[in-house]
Amino acid sequence: MIHFVVHEKEDGVGVVVVEGCKTGQKTTGWIMEPDSTVNVALKSDIPIGHKVALKDFKVGDTVIKYGVDIGKVVAPIKKGEHLHVHNVKTKRW
Amino acid sequence: MIDKKTKFWGYRRENGRVGVRNHVIILPVDDLSNAAAEAVANNIKGAMAIPHPYGRLQFGADLDLHFRTLIGTGSNPNVAAVIVIGIEDQWTKKVVDGIAATGKPVIGFGIEGHGDHQTIMHASAAAKKYLQAASEIHRVECPISELWISTKCGESDTTSGCGANPTVGNAFDKLYALKTTLVFGETSEITGGEAILEARCRTPKVWKDFMFMFDRYQAMIERHKTSDLSDSQPTKGNIAGGLTTIEEKALGNIQKIGRKCKIDGVLDKAEMPTSSGLWFMDSSSAAAEMVTLCAAAGYVVHLFPTGQGNVIGNPILPVIKVCANPKTVRLMGEHVDVDTSGLLRREMTMDDAGDALLDCMMRTVNGRLTSAEALGHREFVMTRLYESA
Repeated sequence: MIHFVVHEKEDGVGVVVVEGCKTGQKTTGWIMEPDSTVNVALKSDIPIGHKVALKDFKVGDTVIKYGVDIGKVVAPIKKGEHLHVHNVKTKRW
Repeated sequence: MIDKKTKFWGYRRENGRVGVRNHVIILPVDDLSNAAAEAVANNIKGAMAIPHPYGRLQFGADLDLHFRTLIGTGSNPNVAAVIVIGIEDQWTKKVVDGIAATGKPVIGFGIEGHGDHQTIMHASAAAKKYLQAASEIHRVECPISELWISTKCGESDTTSGCGANPTVGNAFDKLYALKTTLVFGETSEITGGEAILEARCRTPKVWKDFMFMFDRYQAMIERHKTSDLSDSQPTKGNIAGGLTTIEEKALGNIQKIGRKCKIDGVLDKAEMPTSSGLWFMDSSSAAAEMVTLCAAAGYVVHLFPTGQGNVIGNPILPVIKVCANPKTVRLMGEHVDVDTSGLLRREMTMDDAGDALLDCMMRTVNGRLTSAEALGHREFVMTRLYESA
């Protein structure tokens, strides 16, 4: 069963695509390009559509999704944690 | 599956363009004329009023856009005939003359000097004739290359970027190969994905034209922004759905233009394309504004991917919703025309999803009502550039 989707293999985040993912749960992700899978144990409850960190990030790091820069880290994030507006911001505007 | 031999049943208009709907519309020039327009539509069952809040004391580029939007809406091949009602004769005539260039039946009424009662009486008599004439226009078989198809996403979330938007992209790649006329836009939602677009522009001139529109929009945002746009772009709904930054939203947005098709040209707001191919139209990322501009530019069917569940429709343009978020499909199913949530369970390939959307599009252009049409969603929202004088 797939719990989250990763666009490209260099991406640092996956998108949770099922409801009810909880802290401690062992989850499997589908990397769309190339077609493969990855496993991550969750360290947060993550709602459907929200992102899970696939590695540790420190403040100032760049987050890659679709193989492209989507913003900067503003609070430390551990692999398996919820990555969203509380720890990542735009580099624009 | 569609190919070069695919045909659809459309309404061939006086100027040769093909529509997929056969509306008789009552088009107010300004806010003051909404009451009369709605009264006429109430008298003549089957005619449709398109009320809106603008059209007084606008000037310059903002007024040009107002006229371009009204004339474009009336000229759209989904419209069989038009009754124009304005407070004053001169601006009313300007809209009538613009629509008359298509050769379709159009007549205007000015309210000043007559009042609402006289105007409603005369306009109702004209609307009745137009409606009965339109009811005798039959669909004819047309090649798929004559379809004009627009796209814009809304209430996006992360499932839009991995499910619904690439479904439209897959369909766009297939439609592009069949020499249809396509458009996408949402200028602020390219922010962070400029390099991807540059690689997709057919010529350096197309890229230069795009950057003119992009820089113009960014300059407007810079002029008016407070801290950043994080309170509105991404929207609260986007953020609730898991989108974090404008860059992430933009990269999802760009999935709608697929992987193969090239950007052949750039349009200003509500500007009509001059050839087939994929066009970028400078436009707001607000759903109803953008879809209204697509209708005014002459597009006849719209592919609308959503994540969190945007419910938008348009008075004259059938809006087809495609969604890959299983929660949205479950909670808001009445708004979803095509469910591609199987993509995210690996039960459906992108090719299957694109074909499912195209199948729904063909049924829609042949006459099937979309969910938005059945639910009565007729959002007509004109883009304003600045205050009235």
